[in-house]
Amino acid sequence: MNDLYHPRSVVIKKTVIENEARDIKTFELVFLDQEEREKFEFSCGQFAMLSVAGAGESPIGIASSPLDDEYLHFTVKRYPTGVVTTALHSLEEGSEIGVRGPYGNFYPLKAMEDKNIVIVGGGFAFTTLRSTIRYLLHDKNRSRFKDITVLYGARTPGELIYKSELKQWEERDDVNMYVTVDRGEEDWKGRVGLVPNILSEVAPSSENSIALVCGPPIMLKYTMPPLLDLGFSPERIITSLERRMSCGIGKCGRCNIGSKYICKDGPVFTYKELRELPEAAV
Amino acid sequence: MRKGDRLKEKIIKKEQIGKWLEKLGKDYEIWAPVKKNGLVSFYPIQSAKEIYFDFLNSKKTPKDLFFPQSEVLLSFPKEEVGKEVKTILQKPRIIFAIRPCDAKSLALLDQVFDSEDYQDPYYVERREGILLVGLACTHPQQSCFCTSVGGGPFEKAHLDLVMADLGDGKYFVEALTQLGEGLMQRDDSLQDVQEKDREKLAKTKEEAEEKVKSKLVTKGLEKKLDKIFDSPLWDRVHQRCLGCGICTYLCSTCHCFALLDEKDKARVKRIRNWDSCMFPEFTVEASGHNPRISNRERMRQRVMHKFNYFVERYGETACVGCGRCIQSCPVNIDIREIIEEIRNE
Repeated sequence: MNDLYHPRSVVIKKTVIENEARDIKTFELVFLDQEEREKFEFSCGQFAMLSVAGAGESPIGIASSPLDDEYLHFTVKRYPTGVVTTALHSLEEGSEIGVRGPYGNFYPLKAMEDKNIVIVGGGFAFTTLRSTIRYLLHDKNRSRFKDITVLYGARTPGELIYKSELKQWEERDDVNMYVTVDRGEEDWKGRVGLVPNILSEVAPSSENSIALVCGPPIMLKYTMPPLLDLGFSPERIITSLERRMSCGIGKCGRCNIGSKYICKDGPVFTYKELRELPEAAV
Repeated sequence: MRKGDRLKEKIIKKEQIGKWLEKLGKDYEIWAPVKKNGLVSFYPIQSAKEIYFDFLNSKKTPKDLFFPQSEVLLSFPKEEVGKEVKTILQKPRIIFAIRPCDAKSLALLDQVFDSEDYQDPYYVERREGILLVGLACTHPQQSCFCTSVGGGPFEKAHLDLVMADLGDGKYFVEALTQLGEGLMQRDDSLQDVQEKDREKLAKTKEEAEEKVKSKLVTKGLEKKLDKIFDSPLWDRVHQRCLGCGICTYLCSTCHCFALLDEKDKARVKRIRNWDSCMFPEFTVEASGHNPRISNRERMRQRVMHKFNYFVERYGETACVGCGRCIQSCPVNIDIREIIEEIRNE
């Protein structure tokens, strides 16, 4: 009997509180059995089901790069009504949890080679984009991609996640970083402005380019028009969808949109595919 | 008819069925329709006497033999994740007197649970080696519409063996697979088919088909549905709906489920329960956002999934016309009327 629904045991090695509201936490997970990490082959954009025994499972995007081969990162937002996310946040370092996956499709890393990459992220939906940026900027990979532009925004400076990494990337000369917030604060010296507006200002070239966009539905909605205006065709705009999920493998019916299952046929879709889905959020 | 085919057909007298099943019972666990507390459902039987042959169809579909309404997938001592507890059956099963529509629904469920990429181990293990002995419908009900969705009261597809009540105390038995033939050969007292039995069978079949009064035109329905996603029709058809979910629970093709944890002092169980797209909680996310905000969206999902999305994905309509949703809806919503409305839209 195969073990399709059986989680693998992992230990929380480290946790990082990412935001001022203290409801977004990154979990560094290490497999009890390192062989399981090797079997857990994934690509940027995929997700896994995290489980806390007694609370249940929840689908979470993988935030570490496939090349981070000793651990997995998952950045989880705790919602007051979210049973699993609340349980996860209450766990101490050293606790054991379950991981099942990886699931879903991924960003088209192969097709992105020799192209300019424009990454647009918003809020806490930056997780699988962070996985991708780590992957693209890795010494082994950087030369295979042309210009890399990252535009990332959050509502307030305190809500920006992966702050130390953002800083590291800003210091590099092989990536164009633009970090913005909707509302500034007294000591905020960076950009202020909504992601779609900053995108129009920065105006990255669409020539030989692919855009990866991930953010809250409202940001996606207003980011598509400027991208189209810049000349990105709908099949060169890649995004990632979210839906409530239970099985992660296209059987439980929950994340069904049209004839697609977000967990299996997605979560990554081109804007072209997205527009053909009947219920899509954008 | 080829010569060999006649060997695959036999006549069994009603009073012989008990003996036959007794022989089969040595190697198989036999599940058959049994009436308990006024309701007919499939139960394991020890003797043919328990079988309720005059059933129209079971209240619940036999899908729960493969995909139980609730089952424990995993169980572990608290905080120890990943320890398996095996719960699957030991003896091969025969489902005896399954209706042709329900046999078809199992073939549709196979496509979901036993797909190329992920095989659901719990479903597949129960389904493997299961023999389906069909009982043709001689008394289709007012709510039946199998002939509108590619089936029929005497449909043989997906069965190993089919029986038909000829009305004179005799059943016509036809083996449809090698395994079905094996079941038939277990009893050498089965009689040869006479020409008049064959005539009787043809007449019974014709009469049964005539009794399926609903004639829906479902050809091209999926194309039509492509065009009316935003139609005001959806504002109308859900109005009476209470969102009770009975249509999905009794549906022989519905297969949505939820995985959730239950715990007591000693252990944690990860349980799979049937779920329903007619429930608001089905799609509500941890943030509180619900992409299907009212019965309108949920009713649309149910209809679209059966008659459009499933067709696009698996090439077949996810409805076998058993009519259970029509019989049990507390506010008399009739899927046939909805299909009619869609066609006229």
